[in-house]
Amino acid sequence: MLLSSVFRALAGGALIGLAASIALLGNGRIAGISGTLGRAFDTGDGRDFRVPFLIALISIGALAYAVAPSAFGVPLRSTPTLALAGLLVGVGTALGNGCTSGHGVCGLSRLSPRSLVAVMTFMLTGGLTVALVGARA
Amino acid sequence: MKAIVTAVIAGAVFALGLAISGMTDPAKVTGFLDVTGAWDPSLAFVMVAAIAVHLPLVRLARQRKSPLFDRAFHWPTAHGIDAKLVGGAAIFGIGWGLSGYCPGPALTSLAAGGLPLLAFVVAMLAGLLVTRAIAKTS
Repeated sequence: MLLSSVFRALAGGALIGLAASIALLGNGRIAGISGTLGRAFDTGDGRDFRVPFLIALISIGALAYAVAPSAFGVPLRSTPTLALAGLLVGVGTALGNGCTSGHGVCGLSRLSPRSLVAVMTFMLTGGLTVALVGARA
Repeated sequence: MKAIVTAVIAGAVFALGLAISGMTDPAKVTGFLDVTGAWDPSLAFVMVAAIAVHLPLVRLARQRKSPLFDRAFHWPTAHGIDAKLVGGAAIFGIGWGLSGYCPGPALTSLAAGGLPLLAFVVAMLAGLLVTRAIAKTS
């Protein structure tokens, strides 16, 4: 573990917490990515938050890649494996009502028992999966 | 209009945070999950810092009747710990460990990840939409 990795993690994490706080205090919304994406096509006033939030997330990500490509690793697995992984992530976060951001950042900050159980569960199965298939291809 | 501006700022700051934190590097994420191998615990500090910033501001939000640019807070309504929560989180964790991507970093890395990541995001979106549609009808 490099010290620079820890500083980057802390700085980036603080920005993520700030972003979640802007969404909450400005829009009254939980900045969970899976929930925001899963409801992106729903009608109703939540669209005013979800669509611009997601467009900004994707386009600033693209801009960050143009400026600092080294911040982005390359996919570790083949396209079919990633498609399977994506399907599991989509189905799992829809059933479990959240992902790393919705449960891990927003839910734990609300001291939600549901989110604590979810975080412990996905950390456990994520760890078991890596132990089984290896950290890289 | 102001609501759209704060939504854009939130999305932009979120993306910057993910890119700076290391979460957009799937090898770093699988290294974080590789507890029994060459474990790199640095990404735990992402969650620590995010919660350190967000928790006091959640308390502030709870003291207010409404957010700045909407009539009411949209707090989550689900409660209770059930098989759907645990099973869903378990399935999500498998996909996360297999790929090193969770939803936020996947969207933020869309331009960087080429065809494999595009396949991940399309499948993730399909999984989200289909599961939500089935849940609504049952």
